[in-house]
Amino acid sequence: MSGFESLYTKATERLETLSKMQAHKDIPIEAVLEQNGIERRDFLKWSAGIAAMLALPSQFTPLIADATALANRIPLVWLHLAECTGCSESLVRTDAPTIDTLIFDYVSLEYHETLMAASGWQAEENLEHAIQEYAGSYVLLVEGGVPTAMNGQFLTLGAQARTGVEVLEHAASSAAAIFSIGTCASFGGIQAAAPNPTDAKGVDKIITQPVINIPGCPPSSKNIVGTLVYFILFGTLPAIDVYSRPKWAYSNRIHDLCERRGHFDAGEFVESFGDEGAKQGWCLYKQGCKGPYTFNNCSTERFNQHTNWPVGAGHGCMGCSEPDFWDTMGPLEKPIDSHLFKGLNSTVDKIGSTILTATVAGIGVHAVASIFANKNSQENEDV
Amino acid sequence: MSKRVVIDPITRIEGHLRIEVEIDENNVVQKAYSSSTLWRGIELILKGRDPRDAGLMAQRICGVCTYSHYKAGVEAVEDALGVTPPLNAKLVRSLLNESLYMHDHVVHFYHLHGLDWVDIVSALSADPAKASKEAFKYTDSPIATGEDELKAVQERVKGFTKKGSLGPFANAYWGNKTYKFTPEQNLIALSHYLKALEVQRTAAQMFAIFGAKQPHPQSLVVGGITSVRDMLSPARLIEWKTKYEIVKDFINRAYYADIVMAAAAYGTEESVLGGMGVKNLLCGDSFLLSRNKNLFQSGIIKNGDLSKVYEIEDEKIEEDVTHSWYEGSNSLQPYDGVTEPKYTGFVNGDTVNGSAKIINEKDKYSWVKSPRYDGESYEVGPLAQMVVNYARGNKPVVDAVNDFLKRTGLPVGALFTTLGRTAARMLQTKVISDNAITTFNSLVENIKSDDSTYTKFEIDKDKVYKGRFIGEVPRGTLSHWVKIKDGVIENYQAVVPTTWNAGPMDANGKVGPYESSLVGLKLEDPTKPLEVLRVIHSFDPCMSCSVHVMDVKGKELGEFKVGTMNSSASC
Repeated sequence: MSGFESLYTKATERLETLSKMQAHKDIPIEAVLEQNGIERRDFLKWSAGIAAMLALPSQFTPLIADATALANRIPLVWLHLAECTGCSESLVRTDAPTIDTLIFDYVSLEYHETLMAASGWQAEENLEHAIQEYAGSYVLLVEGGVPTAMNGQFLTLGAQARTGVEVLEHAASSAAAIFSIGTCASFGGIQAAAPNPTDAKGVDKIITQPVINIPGCPPSSKNIVGTLVYFILFGTLPAIDVYSRPKWAYSNRIHDLCERRGHFDAGEFVESFGDEGAKQGWCLYKQGCKGPYTFNNCSTERFNQHTNWPVGAGHGCMGCSEPDFWDTMGPLEKPIDSHLFKGLNSTVDKIGSTILTATVAGIGVHAVASIFANKNSQENEDV
Repeated sequence: MSKRVVIDPITRIEGHLRIEVEIDENNVVQKAYSSSTLWRGIELILKGRDPRDAGLMAQRICGVCTYSHYKAGVEAVEDALGVTPPLNAKLVRSLLNESLYMHDHVVHFYHLHGLDWVDIVSALSADPAKASKEAFKYTDSPIATGEDELKAVQERVKGFTKKGSLGPFANAYWGNKTYKFTPEQNLIALSHYLKALEVQRTAAQMFAIFGAKQPHPQSLVVGGITSVRDMLSPARLIEWKTKYEIVKDFINRAYYADIVMAAAAYGTEESVLGGMGVKNLLCGDSFLLSRNKNLFQSGIIKNGDLSKVYEIEDEKIEEDVTHSWYEGSNSLQPYDGVTEPKYTGFVNGDTVNGSAKIINEKDKYSWVKSPRYDGESYEVGPLAQMVVNYARGNKPVVDAVNDFLKRTGLPVGALFTTLGRTAARMLQTKVISDNAITTFNSLVENIKSDDSTYTKFEIDKDKVYKGRFIGEVPRGTLSHWVKIKDGVIENYQAVVPTTWNAGPMDANGKVGPYESSLVGLKLEDPTKPLEVLRVIHSFDPCMSCSVHVMDVKGKELGEFKVGTMNSSASC
């Protein structure tokens, strides 16, 4: 069997199993679409878009549609730990024409502190109910880092004042899959930046089950929803990179697909914010853009329904989907100045002189960045 | 039987908040305690960093009032370095701020606070035709309340209830007698809840045009803004204006109308006519409309007396840690505060829902400190800004407040209630959305002759710099304080809105706005304390904003002379 056939069969079988499972909500997707004025055709177009985003062949489009229709079989539990709610807010902004939102309230959202009506004891009952009732079938999404210092007591939750670590371990124990939403849950995030006063850690440092990281500060809603759809479709977790990020979203360097890339190659740089180069949309490398070291799909997907993104708005990328970026990429508006990149910045200065040097420097940046990105753990070199 | 009620987690807020109340035999609240249960230490993390990183890092304090701490961090550093951004940059920042409020307050009312007022289950029994007519009582041009639309909304929600799986609406307080909307009114509000999900997306796009993304924008730098191409593009400008009109339209036709409807339905509901134990109000100025003109002014109201507005004197601000989980018990000025956490946790106890860990109010019980002004508690937020500006005779505010009172038949005193706090947030949103176009027009006018967006600066490593930002953000008055030495941040601190409102009692036993607002509140069913949620949500809590540590070395910041503090803090 070819790779394609095997994948296709796997997905078909998975959907068959799912369709036999009891729905948590007895309302067919067709009805929901109709009520919201969305035609089947538009829905399929959206599914095709998701298929393309997940790098799946177009034959998968009807399966994506089916998987979405079956999404109500998957209960979701969303935990908030040491966080700022930015990731939840990102999810709430999810795509026009409202179809992603539709998916979101179409799946069975059992626990989400920002959105749920119940509070206190009633909220905790909902969480416990989901963990018991849907043991082995719910997807756990975690927002926020996990404080571990002082026996985890820098964060307590609920009437019994259980620590973040305890609540996470409990909710993770019966989950079918676990996604770390955002850089804090993935790698510890802002509170884990030096000197990390609460010894905050990423979710995968606390629990033993496999965790898919969907970093970004915040991650785009597309990356969250796309990963979820993949799980529904295949019942397995997507291919991941060394930092457990789904390859379909995080395999490209920001720099490689950047709209300003041509200016990098031509040696045209913004020398100071607001200068003529800035008005012309030249490359932001010299203003500290971390696009060459950052793996994410921002340059193609952008944010807020494609409205804009940091490089588009004339500010460099700050590397927010990379581990420990607050410590390794700072100062954020200056090129990285560490031994790893020694010589690179002076090389960039020469770029304007000849096309030839530009090409060589281009190769230099990428070679060095690859080493950087593949290095499993980085020391905090400069703060 | 125990008379202690514990609510943890308080949901539909930003962050981690616990509220406890003690009730008497008639279920009337006698005492209340507010506790924040997460500490992150972001100000400590800022130390030793490049000052230009302060804004982006401080922004991660909160992803709901996202941008507030970004702007505050950038402007505190500008103040320290003596950098003045060009007018274009100031106007773009103001446009972003206006866009933020138009987003944040709509989301707060519909998606966070709304379910305290709207009984979704009741909406199922509404007559859509009747509801569609009802909507015209509260505005001449209702939105998303056509009979067909309301019917579709009803059908959609029926899907939720069919199999008993209510998802995010499960196990809530539906049927509580303090829900006062008729089924038809509930259906109107529910339709707006769903419509607001759509509109807030548009509001976020409107923000992202000049802000790069929302939440967590990335287009401000010390010295100005970076989105110069967006600012100079006529297509981008008109894109902002188009989205602005859509959001403004919703604010006037739905948000305003729904609050008028709430005033009518809840005008005699006791549980929303108290809720204001602290009648001292403090606010900053905000929203640059043109070169030298702000939309709102700063000031102080003492003890609910609107006849006199005082100026803020910053040296009267102190923070008390008697009941906060930090070392020490003295009341100190912010720059003298201490850093060291001293966690004492909770104790075992009984509650109306069974045994739990409860607050020991004699000991420390929150990560939030207790700011005091001249030894007194103050409330900050939209209510404070509206009342202060009403008392100052600020015309747009006076007109908006008077129109609203006339329309609802409520007296001015009704502002000093839970209902009034929720109404004031809407009125603030309305005044901002009606006037944001002035900022926009000023920008368009200025671009004709000036395309500068950035002021260059140098950081001298041999110099010591000190500076601060003080201003108003969606939840109230916010200030950031920075000291720069050897070219890096030596000290950083933030005094934020929710701290003013949510702090525990102080050394003198004086309680803050949250705790005092609950006293006297009668609970229908103490095991399901909806009334408490409604009062607390009316403040729009933002806990991750409110938990901050003042630096031990902050003493060096003691040399700050702010003169007249132009604004007060909130987030």
